[in-house]
Parts: sequence; C-alpha cells; structure tokens
Amino acid sequence: MTTAHKDIEATIMRLLQAYNKEEAPLSPETNIAADLNIDSADVLNFVMEVEDEFDIDISVNELADIHTISQLAALVAERVNAD
Amino acid sequence: MADLLQKYEKLRRRHDDLVRFGADAVMLVNERLLSPTRAIINGRETILAGTNNYMGVTFEPDCIAAGKRALEQYGTGTTGSRIANGTYALHVQLEEALARFMNRRSCMVFSTGFQANLSMIAGLCGPEDTIFIDMDSHASIHDGCRLSGAKVVVFRHNDVEHLAKRLERHPAERGGRLVIVEGIYSMLGDFAPLKEIVALKREHDFQLLVDEAHSFGVLGETGRGLAEMAGVEEGVDFIVGTFSKSLGGIGGYAVSNHPHFDVLRYAARPYMFTAAPSPASMATTLCALKKIEAEPERRDILMRNAEHLQKGLKEKGFELGFDGAITPVVAVICPTEPAAVAMWNALLENGVYVNLALPPGTPKKLALLRASVSSAHTPEEIDAVIAAFEKARAAVADLV
Repeated sequence: MTTAHKDIEATIMRLLQAYNKEEAPLSPETNIAADLNIDSADVLNFVMEVEDEFDIDISVNELADIHTISQLAALVAERVNAD
Repeated sequence: MADLLQKYEKLRRRHDDLVRFGADAVMLVNERLLSPTRAIINGRETILAGTNNYMGVTFEPDCIAAGKRALEQYGTGTTGSRIANGTYALHVQLEEALARFMNRRSCMVFSTGFQANLSMIAGLCGPEDTIFIDMDSHASIHDGCRLSGAKVVVFRHNDVEHLAKRLERHPAERGGRLVIVEGIYSMLGDFAPLKEIVALKREHDFQLLVDEAHSFGVLGETGRGLAEMAGVEEGVDFIVGTFSKSLGGIGGYAVSNHPHFDVLRYAARPYMFTAAPSPASMATTLCALKKIEAEPERRDILMRNAEHLQKGLKEKGFELGFDGAITPVVAVICPTEPAAVAMWNALLENGVYVNLALPPGTPKKLALLRASVSSAHTPEEIDAVIAAFEKARAAVADLV
C-alpha cells in the first residue's frame, strides 16, 4: 500500500514536471498550485492528465481539499483501489 | 491578521506592469459614443471592433424611443425583485416575445446574462446532481456550478469522446445530470459540436443546457443560435442567452419546453433575490428583438463582415485562434503577452479598439487580441481595422 502510494507520487511528480516552469524541487509536501505558481486552468489540465494516466475521474469539488502531491496521491490511490 | 486584499498582491503587480505599457485595459473609458461602431477614446475617434455588438442595434431610433417611453411610463427602476413588486407588464411582454422567437414554451428574463447562468445552473442542480462542463466555459458557468453545490466534472474543450467517457464514469445515481456547452465560445469564436453532443443522449441519460450568449441572433436560419444551426433544438432542454450582445441592452434570458420550468421562478435564488431589470432595458430589448426578427439581412451583413475580417487578417499573415468557420469573433494570437499588450496599445493609437485577452482567462494560455464584428461595420471600417493591425504589428516589430 505504501509502495503504491510512493509509486503514484512518483508518477504525479513526473506529470507535474511539464507544469513546473520554475523547476522548483518537488516533494510529497509540495503545494501544487501555490508552490509551483500554476494557475487554475493549468491545475485542471494537470488533473486531467492524472485522470488519463490512472484511468480514473476526479471532480472539481474534490480538488478543493487537495493541495499537496501527497494528498493527490492519496485520492488517486483510493480511486484506483476502488476500481 | 492578514489584510484581506494582500492575497491579490501578485495580481495587482501584474496589472501595474501592464498599465506601464500604455492604457489601462480594464479601465478604458469610452468618453463619448458616436454610433454602434464609433466612440471617442483618449480624445480620439476610434472604431469599436471588440464590443460584441453583433447586430449593431445600440443606436436604433425606435429602440431609443421605446426606452424613453418606458422611462416615462414605468419610471427609472423596479425597486424590487420579480417575485415581489418587480414584475411589470414589460417583463411579461419580453418573456412572451422571446419564448415565441425561440419557439419554446416558457421564458424567464434576468437582470444580466451572468445572473441567467447562475440562476439556471444553481436552480436546476443541487448537491445530489452532477454537472459536466467544457473546460473553456465562461466564468458564469463555473460560478453557477460552484453555487449549485453539485458534483462538477470538466471535459476537454469540444472533446465529445472525453465527455462520453466522463458520462460513463459518473453514472446518474441519486440525482440528475446536466451537460453545459456554449453556442460560440467567446475567446476564440469556435462553437460546440452540438449535434454529436445531443447524439450522446441516446446512450447516456442527461439533460442539456446550451449558453447561446454569443450565438443568439448570429447563428441559425432565424438567429435562434447554434441549436437551430445544428438542427438539434429538440435535444436541447434549456437555452440561456443575454441581451447585452445581439440585442444591445443588458439582461439575460432562459427558455425551455419543460412543463415545470416556471418552478425556477421561486426556486432559483439569484433570480428571486435580485431587483428586476429596469423598464427601459426591457423596452429597448423588446424593440431590438422585433428589429432583428424583421431584418434578417443584418445577419447576412454580419457574416460578410466576419468573413472580410477573418480573410483580411489571415492574408496579412496573422495567426487566428479559430478559422474553421465564419463567426463574428476573430481572435488574433500574439506570440507573447508583452507583444499583445504593446499591439493593443498601438491599435488604440491607430484608432481601433479590440479586446485584450490574457491568461488565465484565455484557452491554452494564449495572449489574444480579440476582435468582434458588427453588422453596423462598413466594409471601409473592416479595412481600417485590418490596416491598423498591420500598423500595430510594425510598431511592435521588436516584440513579435
């Protein structure tokens, strides 16, 4: 389970690199929008890539409580395991 | 305690940087209006080529006379909401006229187009429902979704396959499902693949709302919008529109054939708790509606002007946001944000106003100079707009 979470985090970090224009260091605690200076439209684009990668859906409402890479990974893990 | 406006520091600095280039795009003042296509801006006579005044009806003498009569007969304002004292004979007349024009059973009018979307989306949907919206939806659609408390699922712009996948993954459970698309997307001028989206109803159960704000009066044989043009009006459950574009006023509307549509009059809070639109607005809008109905040639002229501008700019080597069809929104893509700001200023100095549209309010982070044509533009004015674009590009050659 922990390994799965770590794997998911690694995949999220890989996908996030395209949006990490300032090449900020990424860690599980990185705040995706605030630390990486990503605007709302790109947050949606990035989340769609995450959805495609894991073949899951994340609603806009769920994003309200997701700030860090670790939190997003936890949601993805929950969704992947539920499928 | 943090100062509440502190969170906008970055936004404020960005705005200040833009203003340093020249005029303030968000506080541009029209000192005097000369016609639907001309104004005095910064003391200079300017061609208005970014005002969404598609049918050019803002200075029609009979509409102005109708507004004056309404002011005299009904006063300056309604001082109350539609469900209290704010419903006047004019509101009812306009609702009846719009329902007839749109060939629908019922119509509600709202104080603005933004309010129409807030009222309809938050009125139709609640926390148990799911809303599917296009990624490039207008702010009023995003905000209506938020207000509704519904589950919101975003699909890629105009991507029917992605929408289908989303519909499959979010089955209707307890609540209903609403798909929302736009007749013409305001930034680039492209439109939803509505026929294909309506076809999805055969496999996926949902209701469909189309925002025809920019397409009302413009698309379709009689100007009813994209649903009419695509021949799928029966598949569209709710249509929302505005008075502030083709009808040259202020306000919004929604129409439907749903037998219980009128329940929204006492269920949709943004409708219930807003002062009813002013009598003069209703009267000029009613007059403008009759005018665009009686003068379909306005639509032909509009499309000729749109084609003229689109072709002209392309011939001069400008890259356009959308050229897959003729629509009255013609958006020029600028290579960078500073180039867009500098060109916008140069256009103004050359006597042409267009909209400066920057990310994140634009699709794909594009920096746009968004022009929109009117049926009131003369071919000479369109030529002048094209020439001004060329001059502006030359003036900022070091940036483009």
